[in-house]
Amino acid sequence: MKCSNIVTQMQMLLLSTYFLFSPERRTANMAASGGRTVGSFLWKCGNCCFNFNTVSSNLTRQVLSRQLCVSAVLHRKNLAAAGPEKFSEEFIKKQVEEFNIGKRHLANMMGEDPETFTQGDINRSIAYLFPSGLFDKKAKPLMKHPDEVFPKQRAVQWGADGRPFHFLFYTGKQSYYSLMHDTFTKALAVEKHQDRLRGKDLFTQDAKQISLVGSRWLLKEELEELLVETISEHDYARFIQLMERLLSLPYCSVEEDFVQRYRRQLEIQSSKQQVQPLQYDQHGVAYSTGDGRRKTAMGTVLLRDSGSGSISINGTNYVHYFPVLQDREQLMFPLHFMEVLGRFDMQCSVSGGGHSSQAGALRLAISRAMLSFLSEGQVETMRQAGLLTPDPRIKERKKPGQEGARRKFTWKKR
Amino acid sequence: TCLSGTSKNACQSEQHLGQYYTVPASHFHTVFPHGLPPRYQQQVKTFNEGCVMVRQPALELISHLKRADYINPTLRYLLYGVKGSGKTMSLCHAVHYCSTQGWLVLHIPDAHLWVKNCKELLPSSYHASRFDQPIQASNWLRNFRTTNEHFLSKIKLRQRYVWTKRESTEEGRPLGELVDMGVSRVKSSSDVVGAVLKELRLQAGGTEGGFRLAVAVDGVNGLWGRTTLKKEDKSPVAPEELTLVHNLRKMINNDWCGGAVIATLSQTGSLYAPSSAYLPQELLGEEGFDSMDPFIPVPVSLYSEKEFESCYLYYLDRHWLQHPHSQTEEGKKELIFLSNRNPSVLERLCAFL
Repeated sequence: MKCSNIVTQMQMLLLSTYFLFSPERRTANMAASGGRTVGSFLWKCGNCCFNFNTVSSNLTRQVLSRQLCVSAVLHRKNLAAAGPEKFSEEFIKKQVEEFNIGKRHLANMMGEDPETFTQGDINRSIAYLFPSGLFDKKAKPLMKHPDEVFPKQRAVQWGADGRPFHFLFYTGKQSYYSLMHDTFTKALAVEKHQDRLRGKDLFTQDAKQISLVGSRWLLKEELEELLVETISEHDYARFIQLMERLLSLPYCSVEEDFVQRYRRQLEIQSSKQQVQPLQYDQHGVAYSTGDGRRKTAMGTVLLRDSGSGSISINGTNYVHYFPVLQDREQLMFPLHFMEVLGRFDMQCSVSGGGHSSQAGALRLAISRAMLSFLSEGQVETMRQAGLLTPDPRIKERKKPGQEGARRKFTWKKR
Repeated sequence: TCLSGTSKNACQSEQHLGQYYTVPASHFHTVFPHGLPPRYQQQVKTFNEGCVMVRQPALELISHLKRADYINPTLRYLLYGVKGSGKTMSLCHAVHYCSTQGWLVLHIPDAHLWVKNCKELLPSSYHASRFDQPIQASNWLRNFRTTNEHFLSKIKLRQRYVWTKRESTEEGRPLGELVDMGVSRVKSSSDVVGAVLKELRLQAGGTEGGFRLAVAVDGVNGLWGRTTLKKEDKSPVAPEELTLVHNLRKMINNDWCGGAVIATLSQTGSLYAPSSAYLPQELLGEEGFDSMDPFIPVPVSLYSEKEFESCYLYYLDRHWLQHPHSQTEEGKKELIFLSNRNPSVLERLCAFL
């Protein structure tokens, strides 16, 4: 994704007073103008190049990535810690009011009930009223709550007499150090509690422990967002160390709420898998379908139970359709993995791509079709084996000034 | 599963289906100088013995040959099937049977070799518009000589053949002389082939010193298709214009008696035929079908369960499957899946296991 300074000017009379934000187009003078002027923007170079919508709750993916824990925080510049606040509090409040009024107007325009107009409805209405031919999701018109659009700002940290409010202000990273301070206080409190119990002879090693399964620590970027200030990696490491030390105490369950605030749940991947129910045809034989795609090839498979292991692709035998052994091995892999080699009859149809991608598409289709015949545990093993993941690799675009995607023109010295 | 005795060649019946029988090493050089598929020849060399599986199509052929009545015009058998299903092997099995029974075997290893990749094309001396192929003809005559040594002295020519102004072969000379002449005089070898075929045709059904003639042609669809050969003016050569093909077609016509014609269709060497074609109609074309008609079609299918078992056990027995996983039940299922019980595919698969 390139950073571009495309000017997107939405001219719509009714909504012109309300904020129709093209995401991430703002200037330092936004507070003053209140309009939709756009300006240049500094991108943090360290940010990665996936396309992401800015909201952490809805993670839409344009290109599948294999990151384990993903959040939108990674891909948004942490403006908050950049410097003194760019948007004043009244400004933000005004934006919120205007957003709400605009939302009601939009609901009236679309003929829906203003009371029950959700963000999803807003998105759909905007996409309908302002159809955009642009491909970049971030370049399309957007109407979101100002809290999601404007980054969190820190209020002014000192009073009228110039004295800062927080006692750790002069450390520079007041929220971080106050957090470390709080955590350590809690650790001391737990130790005191333990000593008291030992004094009363009620100390047992196997006290109730905090369950850490299925959750992960906050990422550095997420912590930064929470504290609204920049943290270095060293600081983050120290924080995690301190939390681990707190957890090592046997009676840490006293502070469970505090700890859980800094952990995030991991999503269970396999629950996202939709398993279709088995269908039965007229003779009572169970069958199911599946389809798969790989790199411009699309394949569909009809899997029938109680067969003899015969496979027909586009009407011909698979030995003649895939003379290469590798393609036949690809077809064999899902069945062999679940040890059901001779059980199913398959009728496949495939089009597009070359022979390798057709074989890969059929393999995915077979695995998906087999899901309805298998139990939960087997579905999980299949997922971990990578049989259910569509292969995201596609042909890389050819760039101008180069002969291919990576190959440069022959370099001539003179 | 394996090896029944070779002496029972004539008595093979349905009980032996799926079992292997050994061809004695001495027979290999005489009966099959040129007939076997190349991969099978390599296998024979590796295993130091030649084992052929007894399969349904071959048995059917042999039973037909046993029961056929040789007074009537010759019956023509056509083996057809998908690529790699064992047509050539069945043909060789039948040829071996014929030679053990004392027939004269005319085995043309691949008719496609005569219609493509010919380096020298001479205009025929006998017939103006036809072309000769000296190399292929002399090769074939040499192999023919090795196959049928003992017949060459017995058969006498019934006609006088004049080759050049000074050379001629008289009536009553043994066939061996004719064949030798063809091998040595390469220029007229195609005409010699024509003469040999004609003689055999005339004498096959004869009562005095009669012998049975088996004409085994592999890739018979090559005789009626197109050729890749070109004349000097770059116009394509039709198959009829080749002497060898012309004479062979006369053999396949069933206007003679006292023998049988066994033919296989082959897509592998065929020219201008799609790879999915395997039925007689598609591969022979209209002309070929009309000239082959009527014939007895013998379909050759992929390995059945029992045959696959037998092949698998044979490979195990010969320690050809070295991989430990291939000896398990699972490995066998994988092999079945990957090859779909196609004999040649299975053979190629096991080659690197």
